[in-house]
Amino acid sequence: MKLNQLVGATAIALAFPLAVHAQGALRIAMTAADIPKTTGQPDQGFEGNRFTGIPLFDALTHWDLSSADKPSVLIPGLATSWKVDDKDKTKWTFVLRKGVKFHDGSDLKADAIVWNVEKVLRKDARHFAPDQIGVTVSRMPNLVSARRIDDYTVELTTKEPDSFLPINLTNLFIASPAHWQKKWDALGSVSDPAERAKQAWAAFAADASGSGPFKMARFTPRERVEYVKNEAYWDPKRKPRLDRVVLLPMPEASARTAALLSGQVDWIENPAPDAVPQIRQKGFSITANAQPHVWPWQFSFVEGSPWLDRRVRHAANLCVNRDELKQALGGLMEVPKGTVPPGHPWWGNPKFEIKYDLKAAQKLMSDAGFGPNKRLKVKTITSASGSGQMQPVPMNEFLQQALRACYFDVELEVIEWNALFTNWREGAKDPKARGAHATNVTFAAMDPFFAMVRFTSSKTVPPVSNNWGYFINPEFDDLIAKARGTFDDKGRDAALARLHARIVEEAPFLWVAHDVGPRAMSAKVKGVVQPKSWFIDLAPVTVQ
Amino acid sequence: MFAYAIKRTLFTLPIMLGVSLVCFALVHLAPGDPLVSVLPPDASQAIKEQMMALYGFDRPYLEQFARWLARVAQGDLGTSIRTGRPVSLEIGKAVGNTLMIAALATLIGFVLGTLFGFVAGYFRDSWLDKAASAAAVFGVSVPHYWLGMILVIIFAVQLGWLPPTGAGPGGSEAWVWDWVHVQHLILPAVTMSVIPMGIIARTVRALVAEILSQEFVAGLRAKGLSESGVFGHVVKNAAPTALAVMGIQLGYLLGGSILIETVFSWPGSGLLLNDAIFQRDLPLLQGTILVLALFFVVLNLVVDVMQTTLDPRIQRA
Repeated sequence: MKLNQLVGATAIALAFPLAVHAQGALRIAMTAADIPKTTGQPDQGFEGNRFTGIPLFDALTHWDLSSADKPSVLIPGLATSWKVDDKDKTKWTFVLRKGVKFHDGSDLKADAIVWNVEKVLRKDARHFAPDQIGVTVSRMPNLVSARRIDDYTVELTTKEPDSFLPINLTNLFIASPAHWQKKWDALGSVSDPAERAKQAWAAFAADASGSGPFKMARFTPRERVEYVKNEAYWDPKRKPRLDRVVLLPMPEASARTAALLSGQVDWIENPAPDAVPQIRQKGFSITANAQPHVWPWQFSFVEGSPWLDRRVRHAANLCVNRDELKQALGGLMEVPKGTVPPGHPWWGNPKFEIKYDLKAAQKLMSDAGFGPNKRLKVKTITSASGSGQMQPVPMNEFLQQALRACYFDVELEVIEWNALFTNWREGAKDPKARGAHATNVTFAAMDPFFAMVRFTSSKTVPPVSNNWGYFINPEFDDLIAKARGTFDDKGRDAALARLHARIVEEAPFLWVAHDVGPRAMSAKVKGVVQPKSWFIDLAPVTVQ
Repeated sequence: MFAYAIKRTLFTLPIMLGVSLVCFALVHLAPGDPLVSVLPPDASQAIKEQMMALYGFDRPYLEQFARWLARVAQGDLGTSIRTGRPVSLEIGKAVGNTLMIAALATLIGFVLGTLFGFVAGYFRDSWLDKAASAAAVFGVSVPHYWLGMILVIIFAVQLGWLPPTGAGPGGSEAWVWDWVHVQHLILPAVTMSVIPMGIIARTVRALVAEILSQEFVAGLRAKGLSESGVFGHVVKNAAPTALAVMGIQLGYLLGGSILIETVFSWPGSGLLLNDAIFQRDLPLLQGTILVLALFFVVLNLVVDVMQTTLDPRIQRA
């Protein structure tokens, strides 16, 4: 055999097992401009949780992502059970699952939970991580401390009784303290402890260790992260079937579409809507499902706002033909009936029905003193793009046109996404709101605080949180207090359902759409279950 | 010449200080929250205040600028708020990646631009001039973003000849100079080359036309010099300006193109800048703008010195 033949044969022999091994490789183009953080507290919104949280890490509580039909509900994760203290409702006990190991081989015990809480709550902790505070603490605003009771029991304390804590904890992903310690030890030459901790976290991010169904195999900052399956994953139902997952940040929709159509990736998030027919025509599939997401106008209730009159708010909600809007968006939206859909545990049968009824809307406007000769001027601020904003400009122009029939003259002002976002907490009274009567910032509605409480509590007016329009009503404060103070799941859900029903009835929003989280994928990709959630489980997916 | 180079170098110091001040001011004048990269909008005011203090954003702007400048003077651009990685490392990698497409784009732009420029200038008012000028006008006026997408649709999606995005199958860290990787350079570099091609072509055309109308050319021809000899003199006279334009264009390209790098998901300085802007990652944004601006200053210095070497008459006082 000649040398070049030998080299060729060796190359084929080496390449063949690789090719076989690579059969289960899934390449996903994300919408994020960078890889979401891999420290255990992902950023980049819920796309971060979806791709660098849930696959790599576990939390004490999980969302059930196994069904496309049922609402995604809370299920045990690293904690097998939890309960609030009978006497002191600020103290919770979580019993941990036994036998769980981190990817680095260390055991997951109560100390690891305490360590992960303290990384953002204890400034004097060696591993204190300022850059993780925002995404952690804001999603569990009442958590104040954690204490080990024994190896498999941990006590969490909230600053006030808060039945939402188990739901909040889906966002606290548990990273390996032992693995972080190795990174810290390797940085002996760095004398400043804060700088050393920062560098240890950066090193951890490049070589993360959680306990999730996938393990990090390779990390190229800003370009790609690769996972391999965790054969030892504790949940047999979520043992991954893919050998490898490659995640690529690709913020430009047309670039993602081109990457899919040219075979460079197998799956893209949020394809360009105008490319959907072409994608389908070329044999790729589109999956979508209603997400706990709301695309609204959030009304201002400050003095002089035209939305102070409930008849006007109801009229706007009845004046929009959302089915037409859905058609204009190529079917990629769900028509809302409230913040959560009928059938959801928090639905609550509101007496006001959100639907298209032009005559009823016009009558309400007439009753409120408006008509063809006395039109109502309203101003809304929006952005040209932004996370979860879908297609804000055409959608707002559609609303502008639709509301004309109900005697509204809508002025739209498009401002930069970050400025709009920042003003969300500054409020309608702030000069940066530009005198707007409504703001168009979309939001996630998975958690009761983020879906309802922050918009309707007198305690969350600017600058505390996102009650942008100063919607203040003591009845709502009472309903919120009742929901927060009810600790059995059914009772809490019933209280939240009452709150939701009252929100729909009072209509502090113009509800326009729910996003459906469209994703396009190659016919080779099988086993995808797209739940009614922002998240998706990669474990059952295969590539044939 | 050495004294001139030293003098020009010293002139750049106040420019660099001015650049630092402007880039700090611009970043802080932009609307939005400096903590948006680490703080979701639903975070409470208490957390926001705590974070502002932790990152030093609650201090007066002058103090923030002085601290930043002191660190920069020691070569420390700080760390990215979002990722915790050193800014210098991020910029170094990104500029290296941009350099690959910028160098190729400059080469394509310079070769085609000078070719079209000389042809158009030499055969002024002929159909060749019109065709070359049309190509140049197309180059300077076609939107990058649109051209990039069209090239992707044709060459990646329809024909499947070239990859549409990225820096190779393993990313830029696994880059090797083989065809599998080099093919990733082609579409972004071609897209990037059209503007310098157009600008250089138009500049060279005007230069050649002007040089050809000068008396010394008539003198050369009257002395019986062959047309190729005349052409050589034209090239020599046009070269310093063409070189200066090329240098400036290379400077622009090294700044990366936010649009091109976004369309092609090319991990260069444009994409980095884009990310830093949208994330309001101030240390990364300030560092990137500063490095790219300084790069421009240095490039201008080098071009000035080279121009003077080629043509000592233009040595500035």
